[in-house]
Amino acid sequence: MLILTCPCCGVTAEETEFHGGGEAHLTREGPGSDDAALEGYLFHRENPRGVHFERWRHVYGCGKWFHAARDTATLEWFGFYPAQTSEPPEALLEQIRQKRPGWRWRDFA
Amino acid sequence: MSDPVSALAGKVSEGPVRIEDLAPRAMITVRGKLSDTAITEALASVSGLAMPGQRGIAAEGEKRLAWMGPDEALLILPRAGLDAALSGLTEKLGSAHALVADMSDARALFRLTGEDAALRDTIAKVAPVDMMRFPTGEIRRTRLAQIAGAFWMPQEGTVELVCFRSVAQYAFDLLSQAAVGPRVF
Repeated sequence: MLILTCPCCGVTAEETEFHGGGEAHLTREGPGSDDAALEGYLFHRENPRGVHFERWRHVYGCGKWFHAARDTATLEWFGFYPAQTSEPPEALLEQIRQKRPGWRWRDFA
Repeated sequence: MSDPVSALAGKVSEGPVRIEDLAPRAMITVRGKLSDTAITEALASVSGLAMPGQRGIAAEGEKRLAWMGPDEALLILPRAGLDAALSGLTEKLGSAHALVADMSDARALFRLTGEDAALRDTIAKVAPVDMMRFPTGEIRRTRLAQIAGAFWMPQEGTVELVCFRSVAQYAFDLLSQAAVGPRVF
């Protein structure tokens, strides 16, 4: 059971009140992009054992999308941050660096 | 025009917790950034209630003004005040970027009364909410078993609950069955 805190309404609730939206910070490749980029956007996803960044929606609550960072092995949440950003906040990255030295996720480390 | 009726026509379930389908009220959803004072002032002046903060709900008589999200507020008024509130809000909002929607016929409204512990117990059985620590004056949008719903406690011993009208019977049956049976707390 995952317990999340929605950064939009501040509620802490278990995962059935939310809906997972998959990997965070994808670049939406569309018309004009090359085949490899489109293929990557459509099909290639991270599947780490450890630090992972995800999108979630507070579907039964305020209805808002937000981002979350967690460890897929321990189910520890590192933090929740607004959807209106293309990369995790530096303070959160620093916190993860301290907890999981040497971690790497896509271009973030 | 035909008279408005509530979803379950005032059905009541007696027991340790009394569940009552309330008579229709006016429910108005206002969408727009609540950080915009033009919007909160319009809501406050039409309702006569102060706009509550995050997850808050203000209550006075039959009137309620609830914070539903960073860009959503819910106004509940006596049904007779619907048209005046809609036109008042539209006029007061003026050019502010906001939407006023009449949701009166879209929702069902229940009142649950009983001993405080029994009441918290009933809600705790159907919603993933820590009811031991749920305060009065807070609105919680959540899941009631398989449906979406929201509830608040105007005072200890009373819960008011809204859900979609189409699932009113489900909510009523769910709550009346949760009200009897083994206690969690």
